[in-house]
Amino acid sequence: MSDTVSAENDAPPVDPNAVAITVNGTPITAQKGELVIAAAERAGVYIPRFCYHPRMSSVGMCRQCMVEIDTGRGPMLQPSCMITVTPDMKVETDSPVAKRAQEGILELLLANHPLDCPVCDKGGECPLQDQAYTHGPGESRYVEAKRNYEKPIPISDHVLLDRERCILCDRCTRFADEVAGDKLIHFIHRGNLTQVNTFPDEPFASYFSGNVVQICPVGALTAKPYRFKARPWDLAQVESTCTTCSVGCRISVHSSRDQVLRHQGVDTGTDSVNWGWLCDRGRFNFEAIDADARLGEPLVRTESGHQPTTWAGALALAKQLIDGADSIGLIGGARSTNEGAFAWARLADALGIDHRDAQLGDGLPASVLGLPRATIDEAANATTVVLVGPDLKEELPVLYLRLRATAEQRRLRIIEVSPASTGMTRYAWRTVAYRPGSPSEVTKALGAADIAEQLAKGDVVVVAGRSNLAESETTAMSVLSAVLAAVPDAKILPALRRGNVVGALELGLAPTDSDHDALATLRRAADGSLDLLVLLGADPLDDCPDTDLARRALAGAGRIISIDTFPSASTRHADLVLPAASFAEQSGTTTNLEGRVTRVTQKVTAHGTSRPDWMIASELAALLGHDIGFASPEAGTALIARTVPAFAAATPAALDEHPAGVVTGPVTGALPAASSADAPPNGYDYRLVVSRKLYDGAVNTAMSPSLAPLAVGAAAHLHPADFDKVGLAEGTEVTLTSTTGSVVLPLHPNANVARGTVWAPFNQPGATVNELVDASAPVTDVRIERLS
Amino acid sequence: MGTQSPYPWAPGFYPGDRPQVVTSRFQYEDAHTIERYHATGGYEGFRKALTMAPADVADEVKKSTLLGRGGAGFPAGTKWGFTPQGVWPRYLVVNGDESEPGTYKDRLLMECDPHQLIEGCLIACYAAGLSRCFLYIRGEMALAQERVAAALNDAYAAGYIGTDILGTNFSVDIVLHWGAGAYVVGEETALIESLEGERGMPRLKPPYFPAAIGLYGKPTIVNNVETLSNLPFIALNGSAAYTAIGTETSPGTRMIAVSGHVKRPGVYEIVNGSTTFRDLLFGDEFAQGMREGRELKCFVPGGGSAPWFLADQLDIPFEGRAAGSAGSMLGSGAVMVMDDTTDIPAAALTLVKFYAHESCGKCVPCREGGTWLYRIVERIVAGDGTDADLETILQVGQSICPGNMPHASSERLGLEAVPFPYKMTTICFVGPSAYVPIHSAMTLFPEEFESRITKREVRRLIPVSAAAAAGGGS
Repeated sequence: MSDTVSAENDAPPVDPNAVAITVNGTPITAQKGELVIAAAERAGVYIPRFCYHPRMSSVGMCRQCMVEIDTGRGPMLQPSCMITVTPDMKVETDSPVAKRAQEGILELLLANHPLDCPVCDKGGECPLQDQAYTHGPGESRYVEAKRNYEKPIPISDHVLLDRERCILCDRCTRFADEVAGDKLIHFIHRGNLTQVNTFPDEPFASYFSGNVVQICPVGALTAKPYRFKARPWDLAQVESTCTTCSVGCRISVHSSRDQVLRHQGVDTGTDSVNWGWLCDRGRFNFEAIDADARLGEPLVRTESGHQPTTWAGALALAKQLIDGADSIGLIGGARSTNEGAFAWARLADALGIDHRDAQLGDGLPASVLGLPRATIDEAANATTVVLVGPDLKEELPVLYLRLRATAEQRRLRIIEVSPASTGMTRYAWRTVAYRPGSPSEVTKALGAADIAEQLAKGDVVVVAGRSNLAESETTAMSVLSAVLAAVPDAKILPALRRGNVVGALELGLAPTDSDHDALATLRRAADGSLDLLVLLGADPLDDCPDTDLARRALAGAGRIISIDTFPSASTRHADLVLPAASFAEQSGTTTNLEGRVTRVTQKVTAHGTSRPDWMIASELAALLGHDIGFASPEAGTALIARTVPAFAAATPAALDEHPAGVVTGPVTGALPAASSADAPPNGYDYRLVVSRKLYDGAVNTAMSPSLAPLAVGAAAHLHPADFDKVGLAEGTEVTLTSTTGSVVLPLHPNANVARGTVWAPFNQPGATVNELVDASAPVTDVRIERLS
Repeated sequence: MGTQSPYPWAPGFYPGDRPQVVTSRFQYEDAHTIERYHATGGYEGFRKALTMAPADVADEVKKSTLLGRGGAGFPAGTKWGFTPQGVWPRYLVVNGDESEPGTYKDRLLMECDPHQLIEGCLIACYAAGLSRCFLYIRGEMALAQERVAAALNDAYAAGYIGTDILGTNFSVDIVLHWGAGAYVVGEETALIESLEGERGMPRLKPPYFPAAIGLYGKPTIVNNVETLSNLPFIALNGSAAYTAIGTETSPGTRMIAVSGHVKRPGVYEIVNGSTTFRDLLFGDEFAQGMREGRELKCFVPGGGSAPWFLADQLDIPFEGRAAGSAGSMLGSGAVMVMDDTTDIPAAALTLVKFYAHESCGKCVPCREGGTWLYRIVERIVAGDGTDADLETILQVGQSICPGNMPHASSERLGLEAVPFPYKMTTICFVGPSAYVPIHSAMTLFPEEFESRITKREVRRLIPVSAAAAAGGGS
């Protein structure tokens, strides 16, 4: 008796979701609701397919995955991408009937497919080519004339479509509709003449257009930046993490002859951040890596401008500058790897630098990272997400995709708190439009019966960031505090934008308080009381919301050392410029907005003599008689895991085991008390809202020839009714004047802008809207005047 | 001579002396007006139904064993029962997209007696608890659209449609929708897609069985025009009166469209189970035999997508199961007759061309295979065929319809009948429909294809008058 009991206890627990099926005579365990094609693949049986994609709904269009399925009524030929597993199902994937069907479909697919594989970019990595070899009939009987279309037609700025190669699998059109929400490509015509195309005069202008190139199972869709650059068998690839923004998408970096030629999204499976998708900015800004303008050698300021020097000379000068400085400020570090930021933080500790900040007055206090943190998966599967921050579609595009996907399926309710309509507004359950600087409006709106009832359901994630760069950090925090007061139990997903900003802040580049943050440092430099300003991949002139302050700071700082990849407006003011290795030129780890640590991997040799940030810090420390404690990125990763409690789990071994990354715990801390008082209006007409667009003047975008032309350009936008009141033609230049300055911008009507506000994109080619912003003022009000 | 319809306003319709369930008003030139409809017992069935509980009406329809007339022949009352309870709204969609080659019975029903269809819709909505009805009429049927639209206006004005109909608390709206002309939209899920404003492409089943997930994702009953036109009779006279007509398994009457080389091509309302193909093609009250001096070569028993029968299959009863086991189907109720002047490869070409052209392009075997077959047959008919072509046709056909293809028995060729239906790799029946006529033609008349290839004959064109003269006879 007792034996049976113990035997029962020893038996493995029965998985309620397990479904026993048989594939080709072998019993396997599938998951409830799983498709036959996926279950078979997990068990090592590959069923050929073209239209099936695990991250999109099945359509059963290509019919390539036909197998024999017996559910008790005898074997039936069925598309395995449409059938979910049922208990005791028998699947035959290579029975004579199934093989005949698969060969027949492949012959039909090849009937009209041009055999131009030798000149096709996809040749060598083409699912059609590969599966024609593995599952095809060997030869074609088709002797009729093939379909002819004009060879590639552009369907967007990046993507070209060759309709002759297209096998009409519906992957790109499904992606555009289901995943990106930009239903701009569709089938036109009928039957044998069906083709994918755009609507007349409406290009496939999606921020995610590059993904259709990656998922195209033939060479029908090609991307301009990669077209004819390499053959797949000449490419070498490593897996890495995109550091363009803080989402941290997994990518593989492909290079040939020491030159990065493309990025592809990687789907790491259950714990995947990006599900294999990338935004076009992250996908195509590899072009900047070997741009001509890159800094290749150290530069030192002389009477006749910047002159190249040796590293030995440059480091000696740096030592001299540091030794001679009583007060030092360090701004930047979010561009670095974790190791780079950590090395600089340790150097700053050794030198007693108090003024340090990885942000530029455009983020949130580092204490936000001390709140209970949500992962992207948790946010996407939450009951409610409250968005208090930037336009995710513009700043964190793949996070937008993830949240959009579940909101579109009505599994997630998004409450958007924003001063202007965003890309997410159409998917939001409720939108709280508030006047910038008026947290009381937010408190009132969140108290409304329906919203309060929704929030009371619990499981709320607050996505917190800066929705408006024309208000102070304090004002942004007062709105966030108003939201957190309504949902005290919420988890936070910080929507800070820069690639490794979370890692840099958590590894020691966070200011101790608001008296030592970037704005305070710049103010001190402007006062003339800072002897040395170190810019670690930071360009205050372009990136700090308060341009006037940045300008005064660079003029007032005693000496400036800039460590950067490209010459920028700010490096021009530097006494010493050290060239830094960029993405794909250095290995290490990075931390995304979830706190997830993943590896970034070197693929190509660093440009010129440029060096990784950690190495510069290490050599400088040695010269100054200090030691940062590690001499390779791998040792740095290990040292971080040993010495920083929050990163204890992110050991090199753990990162090898989990390519999708290791999520680190939050650094505990408390939010500063926020004022809930509304900012009083002044005598000006419009309240200014400044936010980012995906394509802007950011250096890796501006230096990528494919992306730079897509920046929208500086402009001011008004609600159409306000625009009519001004009474000017669209695009007419007007003067915007605030208390700090004035700037001339073309004026446009824009229905996304709220009445009484004027919206302007940040850091765009053209006039600098930040001239208007005083970073210490709660909000910015402006006046619009005609040019005389 | 009897080749002219006695009712020119119902072109090609011949009443005969059979029980008339759905064509009883075809004798009146103004049958499509509400006045005539009222004068001939119109809307009485609906009024009677309104006095009964909806469940009782549904039960009456179920007891009548009314079979769907769209082709599949599924009992209508049972189909209504598949809709999940408690999901709201629920829709009725009327499939008036009759476009199978050779079929034109629904067109006549809509042109000559639109009120009967509307009354049928109202009864169905009342019995199955549906809140809204969508009437989808094929784009090419201008007169039917005009008359149904006018009838709907009259019925709204007379208070049969709308809110609180005839003083009850039953409300329903009927929405008229004109198609844009696509054969595949006759398939019910493609029709629903088209109605929703999407491309007319069939949905995948499962999960999209319309009864559960149909129009706008709601429970939807899709019924054929002829099916619904039977409802006023059943509601008014009861299921017993209906089952008294026809056979036990297939009661009532059926509209059959006969076309081709017969003396009197037209639409006939026949009593189910009472007729063989011989009666239909040669009976005096039906098609009255072949054109003068001509012999029957073969015929298509159930619309363009049905396998062909030969003259020795004439005694098969006009009944679904019998046709199925003989290797074909009754489908949409269209018989196409070919006499001995018919150029068989050319006839097959006409049909395959239609189906290749009407492929929606969604799935590969139909999109690529249909056009490939059309190209090959086109070459053969033009005298440019090769020996390999015949094998290629069969191989491409196998990629669309794996396994045995249904075909008729033929003593001449020693063929055993292979029962209907076939297997398929496509989503819907359009793909196989392209292959079926060629397969039938090649199986039953292999010598005509071979001689086309070996002798490089071009298409024979025999003018009808010359053919009649050559036949001598009268």
